[in-house]
Amino acid sequence: MRAHLPILPVLLSLAGALLLPLVGLATRRAAWSLAVASAGAATLAAAAGLVDVLVRGTQRYPVGGWPPPWGIELVLDPLSAFMATSVSGVSTLALLGAGAGVAAGVGAPVFYALALIALTGFLGMIASGDLFNVFVFLEIASISSYALVASGGGAALVAGFRYVVLGTVGASFYLLGVGLLYALTGTLNMADLAARLPAVADSPLFVGGVAFVVIGLAIKMGLFPLHGWLPDAYTYAPNAVSTLLAPVGTKAAAYALARTLLYVLRPEGLPVNATVAWAGGAAVLAGGVMAARQVDSRRLLAYSSVSQLGYIALGLGLANAPALAGAYFHVLNHALMKAALFMVVGAAGLQGRGPALRTLGLGPAMPVTTVCAVVAALSMVGVPPVGGFFSKWYLLQGAIEAGQPLLAAVVLVGTLLALVYMYRLTESVWFPAPAGRGAAPEAPAPVLVALLLLTVAMVAAGLANAPIVTRILAPAAAR
Amino acid sequence: MIERHDSVVVTTVLRLLIPVAQLFALYVLAHGHESPGGGFQAGVILGATYILLALGLGREALDRRVNEPVCLGIAVGGVLLYMLTGVAAMAGGGTFLDYSALPLPVSPVEGRFLGILFIETGVMFGVAATIVVLFCRLADRGGDA
Amino acid sequence: MNYPYWVAVFLLMLGLYVMVAQRNLLKKLVGMNIFQTAIILFFLLLSVKRHATLPIVPGTVGDVRGFMNPLPHALMLTAIVVMVATTGVALAILIRLHTAYGSLEERVIAERLSAPPGPAAGPEAGR
Repeated sequence: MRAHLPILPVLLSLAGALLLPLVGLATRRAAWSLAVASAGAATLAAAAGLVDVLVRGTQRYPVGGWPPPWGIELVLDPLSAFMATSVSGVSTLALLGAGAGVAAGVGAPVFYALALIALTGFLGMIASGDLFNVFVFLEIASISSYALVASGGGAALVAGFRYVVLGTVGASFYLLGVGLLYALTGTLNMADLAARLPAVADSPLFVGGVAFVVIGLAIKMGLFPLHGWLPDAYTYAPNAVSTLLAPVGTKAAAYALARTLLYVLRPEGLPVNATVAWAGGAAVLAGGVMAARQVDSRRLLAYSSVSQLGYIALGLGLANAPALAGAYFHVLNHALMKAALFMVVGAAGLQGRGPALRTLGLGPAMPVTTVCAVVAALSMVGVPPVGGFFSKWYLLQGAIEAGQPLLAAVVLVGTLLALVYMYRLTESVWFPAPAGRGAAPEAPAPVLVALLLLTVAMVAAGLANAPIVTRILAPAAAR
Repeated sequence: MIERHDSVVVTTVLRLLIPVAQLFALYVLAHGHESPGGGFQAGVILGATYILLALGLGREALDRRVNEPVCLGIAVGGVLLYMLTGVAAMAGGGTFLDYSALPLPVSPVEGRFLGILFIETGVMFGVAATIVVLFCRLADRGGDA
Repeated sequence: MNYPYWVAVFLLMLGLYVMVAQRNLLKKLVGMNIFQTAIILFFLLLSVKRHATLPIVPGTVGDVRGFMNPLPHALMLTAIVVMVATTGVALAILIRLHTAYGSLEERVIAERLSAPPGPAAGPEAGR
């Protein structure tokens, strides 16, 4: 079993996704438990993989027994194990909190099956050590995401269609880039490609391949000028879908970008790293400004996602050890924060409090939910000891070390903007809605449990940031 | 509801052609390892034969032969067959989808052949059943839109 | 001159243009299909060699250099399936859009979306 740890998370969530329609044909109520159980099993497998990597070092898993570079291999190294654990953990908590909302909306087995297929896609993308395999799992995740977003009906259909077209353009660009790189070197395996590329790096095929791959993954990630699909998709999708996709979907694509850019392509002569860093900086500012102007809480959170993804891109572009550690750590922090905030909006929605900021008020009627929202907001702004502070701290360190005072200033201004829009959200959550509705009962128990676990994880990530960074992320960042 | 086609020529030709086409789909599946073909192509042909059945011989002809929830189960079952073959390979000592390690009393080369046949069959059922279910759902929707 | 590659580039640009310029959602989808097909064509062109035959083994292998590169063909089988699945999801979305708003023109849908919600909004609309 130990040897199979690289592929175990993928298999567990896929098994759940396949058993769900069969179970759902029989009993609808079991669908939620099966989905949470499957995602939880995948999380345990990913965590076991993380422990295994820390003990034994990087694991390579040749699927089908064919050795690389001819066969497809899965790679389990500190970075991918950390990402897999984060993604599956946050997805499990999002599915845990999704139960009540799904019962009211889209049919139960369908939502959970699609969600587990999306999780399979994300985990497969993270585990993969072969460029084309990343494309396959990227599309598996994306197609189920398209269906999940469009399941809301009404405006979600238009947002979903735009997501389909733009997402397909992004994935096709990535495929075209992989084709160009294959034409140049004759291999698709990441390690082999990294070994062969420096010799041929002055070819126009290399420039084209890098450009297409980076732009394709940037579209999938929602990096600033290419984020057009993101706000509408996360605003109009059903709340359970946003809670699941917003924290992890774009992060998996960001991981793919980090892996290909920093481990495989390493374009020394091209200004790719600078472009990614400055696009990230622009994303932080533009996303923050747009978020501050919103009146709908879901759209505010969507633009906040654009802004926080800018931080991750900024760290990836700077590419020195503290910046990368900050970027990877921010993946975990932002996933936790965003899932908690979307779940709070969903809990409010269950009580009939609208997604518009004016009508969101929970106040003293839902104390646990409100406290979790406040902690998540503090993390988003970056207040110690909650996790968000430390990832921004490392990013600042990285920017200063790289001699980019302007980017360091961007990080700080982004924090101020986050303070503005998080204050608006927290204010509308904290104070009861002016309509004077009666005291609403607290959110259903599973939602509360999920929110509490997310909040505890946020604080724990902050308190434990030193061992996480030194033991897991720094070795990953040092390549 | 799609009605049986008016022309006798169409219905007779279809009654003769559809079984032959389904047999051809099985041929495409079986020869996928050495000529163009394989699971996806065979599944598309098989699914198309059922759609032809509905278009030419009427929707009741399809409903008599196909039960929609069972079809959905077959679709999922096909993908499950694929995954279980891979897991069986893991149980036999190899990595995922390492067919030479299948726990069957055959040589590794024959094991690889059988493994590919199993997964292609799974793919064929998955694709064919999905196409049939899609057609049934879309045809139903057209009636009450 | 690499004429086949120019055809692939032309189809790529044609698909992008259709996706951007057309106002009808179904035509945008067709443009997306053309775009993906161009990429598939590009990959297949990578596998072609001079005096090489199809990568199908009739019995014994013989000289491997006489066959085209089979890897892009296998990759593109997967890409075609991805294309089919994406088109399927997009078409399902378009069918529901047409049922809800009665038209597939971008402008008409935008107008009807910003109009106050009526009975056509359906039970799943909203949060």
